[in-house]
Amino acid sequence: MQSWIPLVPESASTFSWKVDALYFYLSGVTLFFSLLIGTVLIFFVIRYRRRTPYEIPRPIAGSHKLETIWTVIPFVIAMTMFAWGARVYFDQYKPPDNAIEVYVVGKQWMWKLQHATGQREINELHIPVNRKIKLIMTTEDVIHDFFVPAFRTKADVVPGRYQTLWFEATKPGRYHLFCAEYCGMNHSGMTGSVIVMEPREFDDWLSGNTGNVTPAVAGQQLYQTLGCASCHGANGEGGRGPTLEGIFGNVQQLESGGSVRVDEAYLRESITNPQAKLVAGFGPIMPTFQGQISEDQLVQLIAYIKSLHATGQTPTTAASPAPAANATPGSSPTRNIR
Amino acid sequence: MQPIESFEAPAPPKVNYINAQYGLKSWLLTKDHKRIALLYLVSITFFFFIGGLYALMIRLELLTPQGDFLQSTTYNKVFTQHGIIMIFFFLIPSIPATLGNFLIPMMIGAKDLAFPRINLLSWYIYMLGGVITIYALLAGGVDTGWTFYTPYSSTYSNSYVVATGLGIFINGFSSILTGLNFIVTIHTMRAPGMKWFRMPLFLWSHYATSLIMILGTPVIAITILLLAFERVAKVGIFNPALGGDPVLFQHLFWFYSHPAVYIMVLPSMGVISELIANFSRKNIFGYSFVAFSSIAIAVFGFLVWGHHLFVTPQSVYAGMIFSFLSFAVAIPSAIKVFNWTATLYKSSISYDTPMLYALGFIGLFTVGGMTGLFLASLAVDVHLSDTYFVVAHFHYIMVGGALMGYLGGLHYWWPKISGRMYPEGWGRFSALVIFVGFNLTFLPQFVAGYLGMPRRYHAYPPEFQVFNVLSTAGASILGFGMLIPAIYFVWSMRYGRHAEANPWHLPGLEWRTPSPPPTENFYETPIVTWDAYEFAPREEVEVVGKFRE
Repeated sequence: MQSWIPLVPESASTFSWKVDALYFYLSGVTLFFSLLIGTVLIFFVIRYRRRTPYEIPRPIAGSHKLETIWTVIPFVIAMTMFAWGARVYFDQYKPPDNAIEVYVVGKQWMWKLQHATGQREINELHIPVNRKIKLIMTTEDVIHDFFVPAFRTKADVVPGRYQTLWFEATKPGRYHLFCAEYCGMNHSGMTGSVIVMEPREFDDWLSGNTGNVTPAVAGQQLYQTLGCASCHGANGEGGRGPTLEGIFGNVQQLESGGSVRVDEAYLRESITNPQAKLVAGFGPIMPTFQGQISEDQLVQLIAYIKSLHATGQTPTTAASPAPAANATPGSSPTRNIR
Repeated sequence: MQPIESFEAPAPPKVNYINAQYGLKSWLLTKDHKRIALLYLVSITFFFFIGGLYALMIRLELLTPQGDFLQSTTYNKVFTQHGIIMIFFFLIPSIPATLGNFLIPMMIGAKDLAFPRINLLSWYIYMLGGVITIYALLAGGVDTGWTFYTPYSSTYSNSYVVATGLGIFINGFSSILTGLNFIVTIHTMRAPGMKWFRMPLFLWSHYATSLIMILGTPVIAITILLLAFERVAKVGIFNPALGGDPVLFQHLFWFYSHPAVYIMVLPSMGVISELIANFSRKNIFGYSFVAFSSIAIAVFGFLVWGHHLFVTPQSVYAGMIFSFLSFAVAIPSAIKVFNWTATLYKSSISYDTPMLYALGFIGLFTVGGMTGLFLASLAVDVHLSDTYFVVAHFHYIMVGGALMGYLGGLHYWWPKISGRMYPEGWGRFSALVIFVGFNLTFLPQFVAGYLGMPRRYHAYPPEFQVFNVLSTAGASILGFGMLIPAIYFVWSMRYGRHAEANPWHLPGLEWRTPSPPPTENFYETPIVTWDAYEFAPREEVEVVGKFRE
């Protein structure tokens, strides 16, 4: 335990100082006005205390001028808070294009994580410092929430859809990971750590955890065993079903009119509820896989489809340590997605 | 205008509403709004005591970082039931059903509410909902959090969700009927001369509260019904595995439950307006601004529910609109605080217990409102949502706001309600103890929250212990402070000094009839020729600034 009481948590991401700056602004303004009101109140209470039992002060009806002043000034100040908060939120909300992707599946009461290079982790996430990380998250059961106070960010993880959360750590260390949405019996035990490492250490960590197949390879195996190949082609080149090669990130015309951009959410919907948004030119012949495959398998299938971005290319076969510090776009199967 | 010592009503008669009839039946079948208010007072005090016991258990558990006092399953039920009992069975009915019920007819010069039988019915509905909820708690309890988020509540929880939901569902109708009764009464039962802008601000705030009650409560009823359908009949509404959408539940839930915060705090603001004006012998500064700010809060309060969903997959643009509107809804509350403070300028302030509560309210509500700005601010809310910062914020609003108003009002009108005076010295002492205990409990939680301590945690990392020890210490002081009024109010009913008709020397209608009042409130229908809080002749009303109202 620390011998002094801290007022802000450790700052370890690019959001930390942005959120803290706004927090200090809010604290400063609200403290100033609270103290102002408090001082005036205490002054009045002492100055205008009742001195004789039956005294009647002169009535004052009010003042439109004062009402206008104390409506407009707080409103203007509130709008600065709004605009600043919205500005930072927009950055938090919009994931960058060139982020390292990690898949996260929450379940009562643990976090299961898998790197694009295949390494699996439970309740721990190892990431390199100064690199943008994008989590693609879902849950097998109830709503959870991925919260890292040192990064000043969190997001609800909602069943039935993918939620993304991104951050860029700025300081190596081990930080709390909390589930922040109440999820049942052992909610307070659904905690873990995010371990931020120097690039070299991270590469060592990756190479010390080989032997796992990457999600894309696992997805390729599922693609065969679930019989996807019979309609979508052995390598996703298409057939009775739409072509999957290079589909991720593209805009597809729909049978019902309109179009949709192919992202994780659309792929997920098309596997669990294939009739919802049919690609133009195809009939409603695909069976639903709702309840037949787990969230982990869904993530793997989607990772495989995402890896099919160039004709004939197959995903890397084993977890090779992706050089974290000097990776160039296109060097891993999950690059170039947007 | 008569001098203040002559605001006197006739000498206390032998027969009043309390001793007009005797026997249990005369109470359980009464149609007198004052007796129904007392039925409510006893019932909500009972529920407040249960909710307080749960709070005690929470604070004891959190004294140490390990989950050693309660099992996690028990702890989850305890914080859930603390929330459900305190919100649905204490705070929402607290001021409207007791003080509102007692005073609305008296303040407008009426004999009773517009629908006395419906008023009694609403108490029976409240009790039925309460009994069912108590049954659910005794049968095994509920562990979903008072927010009942799906799909945990609809599919995964193994607790008495449907029974508790049924209790809340039924209780809602009591709230709707009370709101309906108040609106009709204020529209149709005002005494001759009691114009809208002569009404005490207590009535304006209850009018605004009633609007929320009748417009918002049906939505929570529908939401609970849909939840029960999914849980019992497996109809897919919220659970994605059945084709539903869990976030839809949060939209529906908060569409009621955010305005419900204003159901709790608006009546309290009404009480504070009464206390500030009457204990400083001054008309409220900017009466019409304070009156309309209540209506503005009721209307805008319906448009901000999405600020509870900033970390859900809600669209970023929806988030921005809700953030903007949440900042906007803070303005009418700020206007009230400024006008209350301005009222005290050149006034004559007494330090009686009710005024101490009113001053405490302004302080605590200001902190609650200011910290609300942090949570309305999108990027900061992302960090703060579901942490102890939120817990501290809403306790400042609900306890610092609603409960302080309730206690202040109860002390202020206790002579009228019971015909007895409470002991003033003990009153001031306990008001002070409650204020100190409250701040010690909840101020440290703001810091713990920003440091990242999540709410609803039964065990927590050791670095948060210092804040929790402070909180638990504060809660002990707060609990002790709450026991004192409970004891002396009961004591005063038998041993308290008899109250005069107008012990505070005030011009309001409720003080122009004996304490306790006769069953028909007034011996003859009053004719109102004065404005609210008119302590001095109108010619002397001074206007500050260039514009005249």
